[in-house]
Amino acid sequence: MADTPPSIRRQSLPQGAGAVLQGQWTAAQLAEPPAWTAVQAELPALAQGRSAARVWDLRQIQRLDHTGAQLLWNSWGRRWPEELLTMPAQRTMLERVARFSVPLPAPEHRGLAHAWMLLGRKVLLVFAHLQGMLRLVGQLFLDTLRLLRAPRLGPWRDFSGHLYHIGATALPITALVGFLIGVVLAYLMAQQLRLFGADPYIVNLLGISVIRELGPVLAAILIAGRSGSTITAQIGVMRVTEELDAMRVLGIPRGYRLVLPRVLALAVAMPLISVWTTLAALLGGMISADLTMGVSPAYFVSALPDAVQASNLSLASGKSAVFGVMIALIGCHFGLRVKPNTESLGQGTTASVVVSITVVILVDAMFAVVFRNVGI
Amino acid sequence: MNRPGPMVEIEGLSSVFRSAGHEFVVHRDLSLRIEAGELLSIVGASGSGKTVLLRQILGLERPARGRVTVLGRPALQLGEPGAASRVGMLFQHGALFSAFSVLENIAFPLRELRTLPEDLVRDVALVKLQMVGLDPVQAHKMPADLSGGMVKRVALARALVMDPPLLLLDEPTAGLDPDSADDLCELLRSLHQELGLTVVMVTHDLDTIFELSTKVAVLAEQRVIACGAPREVMAVEHPFIRDFFQGERGRRAQTLLHDVPEDR
Repeated sequence: MADTPPSIRRQSLPQGAGAVLQGQWTAAQLAEPPAWTAVQAELPALAQGRSAARVWDLRQIQRLDHTGAQLLWNSWGRRWPEELLTMPAQRTMLERVARFSVPLPAPEHRGLAHAWMLLGRKVLLVFAHLQGMLRLVGQLFLDTLRLLRAPRLGPWRDFSGHLYHIGATALPITALVGFLIGVVLAYLMAQQLRLFGADPYIVNLLGISVIRELGPVLAAILIAGRSGSTITAQIGVMRVTEELDAMRVLGIPRGYRLVLPRVLALAVAMPLISVWTTLAALLGGMISADLTMGVSPAYFVSALPDAVQASNLSLASGKSAVFGVMIALIGCHFGLRVKPNTESLGQGTTASVVVSITVVILVDAMFAVVFRNVGI
Repeated sequence: MNRPGPMVEIEGLSSVFRSAGHEFVVHRDLSLRIEAGELLSIVGASGSGKTVLLRQILGLERPARGRVTVLGRPALQLGEPGAASRVGMLFQHGALFSAFSVLENIAFPLRELRTLPEDLVRDVALVKLQMVGLDPVQAHKMPADLSGGMVKRVALARALVMDPPLLLLDEPTAGLDPDSADDLCELLRSLHQELGLTVVMVTHDLDTIFELSTKVAVLAEQRVIACGAPREVMAVEHPFIRDFFQGERGRRAQTLLHDVPEDR
């Protein structure tokens, strides 16, 4: 059967001025722009007004669907025309459309009071998040005590799995990013230092900034984006598929089995990844310094211990461990708050990444203030 | 609306899944013909490839061998714009878009045509919403706030919004309480009659099979072992058919079996 476009024409029938419809009055055909324009050019004038048709003949329509019937019904002003010639099936369809054409109930009214309530809800939400985090930290503390009492019964398999997925698989990307940042940083510093003839100080500048600040923060931001989102999505999907409820019913504590291993894994992996990223950045800086200023790698390596005190390294590792714990806790917190629908899962994952990166930078600033006298 | 030829024609279909060096054959040389106006139930044991067969008809899977023709066109071409006017599918869990309200979900295929005016689209969606037995008040709800039975009804309304001649249902009554399942069966039967739909459904529910279907296709041993009116199929001598229809549940459900009028 060929797809014939819907058409309508004026014709005088024995009963009076008439409108004869032909073709396929279906959604797919009507939605073709040329057909729609053609129908709209004729239909309104024929349906209403002074030159309206008195008799409507639908019998030559090849196919009528509910969209076509609705269009006719709306054009008629939701009233039956004076005379209507149809096939039985068309009439039942039109009758059904006529019966079900009701005004759409208005959505709930949203006035100023609603906006005020919405603001209140937002404030309460902040408190709910803080409360949730506090509860999570408390639970983590209790779970850690439980682990210390019986270390042999700990969730070590989960722990090693997370260690691999969060730590080992992140090595290539962190190394690449660290290396490139090192190259760029050293190049930019070289431009400035050369003005003062202070070329050898590249080691001090690069060493202190990369080891103390950039390495740990860079690694933490990468891991927050990579593993923080994964943690939220994993736990969130468990909510959507009711696995969290199943765990509860089976009497398996989710803090002990879901949160604790992830926190432990990140607390262990994060300092290691931070050191790894730092090394890659230093390597990049070393190569860049050699190429742009002729500072040889041998000099770079020998001068580094004098330029950067060892306490910087322990400070960096310490704060990396804190970053790791924060990322894991925030990831778990948002994962556990996911509601059983996909939209909430997406929102939770986004929120988790944004919040954990912000928290990493905040915590880093706090460390910078508190330990300002250490290692410089 | 009378198209020459069958609604769905499957010839020599083979479906094969490969995973890690394993080959898992779901269908081997399967053939099935679905005529216009039929209400066909596909039954079979778990894992016999019923859902895969539906997905093949929808063009969601690629056949390893053989041909699947829907409405005279290869099934793989179905995903093109306007597909909703050819085939409607009710997924097992509804597959409603969770970001849209009920009315937006139903109106989505029409709205995507980008030509029809908004008020017409809204009216059509509202009519469909009431056709599946829901109150217009539900129009602004989000899918997450609906019960299982309502999700299925909304999904059915969405599948029907462009009045496709062919409707596929995957486990329409699964997960519904008996009352809702009966309501849905009644609704399907009336839609089938009023709209002249061809319906293909996958189901385990014997009540639904006997109450609704004009034809039953039994899937076993990677092919269709029997296809015909429910009484004919039940008479076929095969271990699966005997267990499926003549078991305790089968005999209880057969009381629902009524003779289908010949003039359909």
